[in-house]
Formats: sequence, structure tokens, C-alpha cells
Amino acid sequence: MTHEPPAIDARDLTVSLSARPTLRGISIQVAQGEVVALLGANGSGKSTLVRTLVGLVPAQAGRIGLYGIPLERFKDWYRIGYVPQRVTAVSAVPATVREVVSSGRLARSRLGRRLSRADQVAVGDAIETVGLAARAGENVAALSGGQQQRVLIARALAGQPDLLVLDEPLAGVDLTTQQLLAGTLARLVAGGTTILLVAHELGPLDGLIARAVVLRDGAVAHDGAPPVAAGHHGQPGHDHVHPHDPVSTIEQEARWLR
Amino acid sequence: MAALSLEFLQPPFMQRALLAAVLVGMSAPAIGTYLVQRRMALMGDGIGHVALFGVAIGLALGAAPVLTAVVVAALGAVAIETLRERGTASGDVALALLFYGGIAGGVVTIGLSASASNANLLAYLFGSLTTVAPEDLRLIAILAGLVLAVTLGLSRWLFAVCYDEEFAKVAGLPVRALNLVIAVSAAVTVTVAMRVVGVLLVSALMVVPVATAQQLSRGFRATLALALTLGVLYAVAGVIFSYYADTAPGASIVVLGIAGFAVVSALAGIGRTVRNQRRRPDLVEVYEDDVILES
Repeated sequence: MTHEPPAIDARDLTVSLSARPTLRGISIQVAQGEVVALLGANGSGKSTLVRTLVGLVPAQAGRIGLYGIPLERFKDWYRIGYVPQRVTAVSAVPATVREVVSSGRLARSRLGRRLSRADQVAVGDAIETVGLAARAGENVAALSGGQQQRVLIARALAGQPDLLVLDEPLAGVDLTTQQLLAGTLARLVAGGTTILLVAHELGPLDGLIARAVVLRDGAVAHDGAPPVAAGHHGQPGHDHVHPHDPVSTIEQEARWLR
Repeated sequence: MAALSLEFLQPPFMQRALLAAVLVGMSAPAIGTYLVQRRMALMGDGIGHVALFGVAIGLALGAAPVLTAVVVAALGAVAIETLRERGTASGDVALALLFYGGIAGGVVTIGLSASASNANLLAYLFGSLTTVAPEDLRLIAILAGLVLAVTLGLSRWLFAVCYDEEFAKVAGLPVRALNLVIAVSAAVTVTVAMRVVGVLLVSALMVVPVATAQQLSRGFRATLALALTLGVLYAVAGVIFSYYADTAPGASIVVLGIAGFAVVSALAGIGRTVRNQRRRPDLVEVYEDDVILES
């Protein structure tokens, strides 16, 4: 594991969306196969951080490496599955679940090619994984909010990515869907997928996340065991580093994360 | 009886107008579906304004107006797309300047050129049955073929970009190139449709069949296919109507399209009500995992 490059290796990222910097010198590494949660209050910069990591927001300073390749030269985008933060998956023109999920397969298709048999199987599997097989031919607009979120996750899965980046996948999703998503992510993790997810609170994902990076005001406030699991703190074998200030920060984060 | 009902097929200008109508009826909704998807239903209108300036240049220089229009409209479309990509507030005003500059410049230039008349101007604004010259038809066929090849052949990629541009970027798709393909295809479609529908109503033929189709279909491809069918139907029926009623074909096509939209909306509304009443017992199941979105 030490020999393969990290899935994500970002150093000293500074991003300014307005006059005030949104990210102030953030460094984050995610090893292959790791599951990392990005936590923080609204406006702490966690969404901006993932959007910067996948190249949607330019960084003013710092560098980003994906699988050992600098972002600006990275070409293997099929290795990254991105689930953007969306309130809805509905668009102006109707689209079926299968059509939306199929668009996630394009990262592995040559321009102008038809869907191959393998592509169709991957799309079918992705829909199956999120439990929407029975509704594959339906208009996305006919689905509930939680189901639409599952469609967007299936779209990211259709490309069979090595790294899944999810921006608030649990936002506005009911508990049943949260548990279903937790099960889906657990299976992916068992299969070796690397996951970086932005969350407000971990909820049913608690058992899945071994490491949490907490942002506050555009800087890393904590990097280590998930702060929500405050009870696990004294346990041996948990080496967490939080350079800014000790345990009290974690307890504090835990409180406002809820 | 059959001979009488097909009388409109006799004049060669009508044969050309009908052929052009079929080509326009297919290509306008084909690109229009993507414009509606990306909530840029009025883009065709803007390009139409700019295209008129291209027509005027053609008339002034004595060149084929379709050819000069396609070049000017394509340049205008690229400018519009560049402004859209930047997404700034001043971009909105820049678009307005471009559109009005295009149409005003076009009208003035046509007025100044010796070969032009007001009738000529009206024909370009609202379409005309008699202006589709044989050499125009060949160019229209080639351009419409190009638009259809691109919009249907790249449909999965164009759909992905119009559905979620950010996702498409992270998937590594050539988003900027695909956006330019959409813009230039829209410009080409405007010039294809210009002769029959006129630059002021081109946009309607891009949007109205799509708006009608999306009430009946569940998916994107189904909407696209139905919009193409409706587009051909409206265009051909409108041309035949304008032959007998002596009205501007563009306006006739659009009036028919809007009427079709109204009828389908009413029927779809009734259908939804009936379905909902039948489905009532399942409502609990349908909304089982519904959510309350955070504000």
C-alpha cells in the first residue's frame, strides 16, 4: 500500500471564490482503498474542497495529484466517480433512470460509439446496486428525492470508478435511503473502492468511516478518527492527529456536527 | 379526389418548399431538444437575429444569403456560447446588444442594398414558400444532414453535457467542444430553417415540438424522436396551409404547433388526473421514502 500512489494528494490548496479565501492552505491525502469523510459546518469549505479536487474549481495556490498524476495532466477520469450536490435529478426535458445512469458510462466510451454489451451490463448493475432496477425505464421526475439521489450515485457507479467522490450524498435523504446507501457504500469499500464523501453528520455511515477530516473556516481542524464517535476516543490503536488543539476540539466539533 | 387533394404538389416551388419543410421539421427540434434541456430555449431566437445580418451581407455582396448567413450565425452562436460559459451579469447585456445589433444591422444593410426590397425582408423574417431556390435546396439538405448526424450521432454525449455540465467535466468529456457543437448546430439549423420559417420564428420550431413531446414521453430519446415527428408534421401541414390560405408559412407552422401543444397539454392533463385517481391506493408506497428538502 505504501508503494502505490495515493488516490488523492493535495498540498497547500488555496482557493478564493470571493475576496475572502474559501480554502486556506489545505493539505489532504487519501490512500487507495481508504474511506474518508469530510466534515464541517456550512461555509467551512468542504464542498469547495471536493470541487477543487475534481478540477471544477481552480486553485490559486497549491497542487493536486490524482493517482500520482498532477490534476492538469490527469486523463484517466473514468477512475473518478463524482456525485455532485444536487437537490434534484429532474431536468427540463424528461429523462429515464437508465438514460441518466448511462451518461455516467461515457467516461469509458469513445466519442460517437454506441453502448457496448459491457457498458449496458455496467449500467444495469449500477441501477441494481442502488435498488432501482424496477424503475429503470421511468422518468426521473416520477421518483422521490431519495430515489433521485440514488440515481445520481448510480450514474457515478456506472463508470466503475476506483475513487468515488460524493458531495453531501445524505443531504435531504430519509433514513431508509441513508441506510440503503450505507449498505451500497459498504459493499463498494469491501470491493476496494476509495471513497471521499462530504457530510454534515455521519448517521448510518458511522461504522464505515475510519477517518474524518474536519474543516473549519477553510482549514483542517481535525484529521483522524470521526469526532462523532466520541466514545471510541480512549481506545488503543486509534492514532489521530489534531495539531491545532487537543481533545476539546473534537468534542466541540462533535457537538456542532449534530 | 386524390388528384385534387394533392394539387399543392404540382408547382415546383411547392415541391421544394415541402422538401425544405421536412428537413427543417427534423433538424429544428433535433437541436431544440438540447436547447430546452439546458434551459436556453430562446437561444435560437438570438441566433436568428444575428443570422439576418448574415443574409443582408449576402444580398449586398450578391452571394448566396444562406451561405453568408450560416457563417455569421455560427460566429454569433460561438460568441453567445462564450458569454454563457462566463456566466456574468454583463454577459446578459452583451447578448442583448448582439441580438439587436444583428437584426438592426441586417435591416439597414438590406435597405441599403440595391437588389433588396421590403418584400424580400419580410420573406426572411417570416418565411416564404417561393424563395427556396433549387440551389438553396441542395445547401439546405447538406446542412440539415450535418445537424441531424451530429445531434443524433452524439446524442448521449450532448445529453450528458446538457443534463449536468459539471458531471460531464469530471467524467473527462470534451465539454467545451460539445458546447460549441451545440451552438454551431443551432446556428446552422437557423439558416436551414430561415427560408421556410423565417429568422423570427425559427426558434419556435426548435422549441414548440419539444414542449409538446415532453408531455407525452418519459425519456430523453423518446422526447427527441417524438419532437422530430411532430416537427415534420407541423412544418409540412403549415406549408400546405399557407399555400391555400396565402399566409406566411413560418407563422402558419408556428400557429399549428402552438395549437397542437394546447391540445396535447389538455389531453395530458386529463390523462394525469385519471391515472392519479386510479393510483390513489398506492400513493403511500410511492412516497414511502420521500424527503423534506433542507432549505
